[in-house]
Amino acid sequence: MKKLNRRNFIKLGGSSVLAGSAGLSIPNIAIGATKKVVVIGGGAGGTIAAKYIRKADPSIDVTLVETNKDYHTCFMSNEVIGGDRKIETIRHTYEGLKKHGINVVHSKAIGVDVNSKKVITESKDSFAYDRLIVSPGISINWGAIEGYDEAAAEVMPHAWKAGNQTALLRKQLESMDDGGLVILAPPGNPFRCPPGPYERVCQIAHYLKHNKPKSKILILDAKDKFSKQGLFTQGWKARYDGMIEWVPGADTGGGVTSVDPSSMTVSTDFDDYKADVVNVIPPQSAGKIAQIAGLTNDSGWCPVDLGTFESTIHEGIHVIGDASIATGMPKSGYAANSQAKVCAAAVVASLNDLDMVDPSYVNTCYSLVAPDYGISVAAVYRLAEDRSSIAKVAGGLTPSDANADALQREVQYAYSWYDNIVADMFS
Amino acid sequence: MFKTMKVTGLLAITILLHNAAIADDRAVHMITDTCVACHGEQGNSVGPAIPNLSGMSPNYMMAAMLAYKYDDEDKLEEVIDSDSDFEDVEIFPRYSTIMGRIAKGYTEAEIKMIAEYFSGLTPKFPSQSYDSELATAGAELHELHCEKCHENEGRSAEDDAGILAGQWKPYFLYTMSDFISGERAMPKKMKKELDEIADAVGDDGIKQLAEYYASITG
Repeated sequence: MKKLNRRNFIKLGGSSVLAGSAGLSIPNIAIGATKKVVVIGGGAGGTIAAKYIRKADPSIDVTLVETNKDYHTCFMSNEVIGGDRKIETIRHTYEGLKKHGINVVHSKAIGVDVNSKKVITESKDSFAYDRLIVSPGISINWGAIEGYDEAAAEVMPHAWKAGNQTALLRKQLESMDDGGLVILAPPGNPFRCPPGPYERVCQIAHYLKHNKPKSKILILDAKDKFSKQGLFTQGWKARYDGMIEWVPGADTGGGVTSVDPSSMTVSTDFDDYKADVVNVIPPQSAGKIAQIAGLTNDSGWCPVDLGTFESTIHEGIHVIGDASIATGMPKSGYAANSQAKVCAAAVVASLNDLDMVDPSYVNTCYSLVAPDYGISVAAVYRLAEDRSSIAKVAGGLTPSDANADALQREVQYAYSWYDNIVADMFS
Repeated sequence: MFKTMKVTGLLAITILLHNAAIADDRAVHMITDTCVACHGEQGNSVGPAIPNLSGMSPNYMMAAMLAYKYDDEDKLEEVIDSDSDFEDVEIFPRYSTIMGRIAKGYTEAEIKMIAEYFSGLTPKFPSQSYDSELATAGAELHELHCEKCHENEGRSAEDDAGILAGQWKPYFLYTMSDFISGERAMPKKMKKELDEIADAVGDDGIKQLAEYYASITG
């Protein structure tokens, strides 16, 4: 770690000049050539990028900058909200990654100097890089829904970043009386985890059915259709008939436009609704640091080359996961995992002056309708010849006529999927 | 000057060797890395419903992937017959929830690559809970009905047998249920042995075998 003060700054900048003038240029290539990669964000994308770079080329110096010492996975957090899972089981630490020789730094990245190739952290440290990988996830667009700010989220949780928000929403459901109304307000596309709001509805319904069966769930959607819609609708009817009402964007006028936490009211262009628990899932953009570093375009997300995930705005910086515009792939944890591996290969190739191999991508996403009822979507992708999309070459959904045994197995596969992806990230 | 050149030469060789080592398996890893987020690092799954892939026979693995890829049995047969690399791959259609959707995304060349990669890895036996009484009964059944093909207490992948020892219990139970229901095809000799087990001990036989294989941890 290098403190960013004047003395060190000069020393850093001057080192190659000094070595060169002493006539030690050849050995200096070997010593001074240690390539540095900095990864910002220790989630589904960043952990994997850091680890797979080290696995492919242990000579590369990798620093992972992540604010939190504990990480809560968004995947399986809906089961925490439903009450079947304890929040501790989705909490992970970075100790395992250190064993790969990754320098894990717990501080917030607050700036990127794209000219001198340095990441600046809140702790006033500076980390030089040859290649930077930015995997910051999402940031919430506060104010996009009138009245929905950080204070409002303490009353009407979004729970779209796992952790305290997850625990808060769970607590509110526990405190609610039987016969209460729960409102979910999912955003328009694109957003993190497209099936997530609808799996959450299942998990909340599962809790209410067994504990507060007179309660209802109202979904005020911004959209007219959603991920795995047929399968979710089928699951709601099979397991939670009469408990869930979904109102499409056409009938909400494009979803919730304002909230009033003091009266627990949400409003669309047409109506006001009062509820006992409100889960607002607001519109989102790329994680803050991507915006600060100027990696986003007008859409609020980061345009990248789809074969390497290198930013099309800043050379030498890659953006992966939810923050990137990975045309063709959903914003999912598994997609981030897959993109991170492609990106790691591209970074290793570039730092070794090798051509990048043909990328291959995959996404596998399970949703838990009930403890014995799982559904999934999976896809394998290749880079389109003109690099304009990550094109799906195979895949599909759980068939709508899947039998009870298949649905039950998909739950077990979902749990094992979780075990393996988390091990991939953190050990 | 001479010294400098020598150093340069050595350095160049070192860099070349380093690059060759990196370059060699990059194409393989690009494909197999898409498998391991579900099937575990080095094909050793840490989730009990998802099978280990490490150490499998390449023919067994290719048979599985091709059967997932081609739902149509005639097409499957045609593909296997038309490629000498699939010469020893047997045709056993098999049921899946998700693999049938995924396998269709990989070419035959990639399937070979996947099979070769995972077959070269060492299985890591997971630590599983098991019932020792049932495991003892399972050991007897194994010796009598399975050991001939699944040698060395089910550790062996010789003759393209599936590895049974140390395979995850829930996965094993799903698989056996698919064999018995006919959702997954099996060799005639295996069907004969399974029938004999069912005649002798009924449904308990599979449970006993599952506990036995789970009890083998190395």
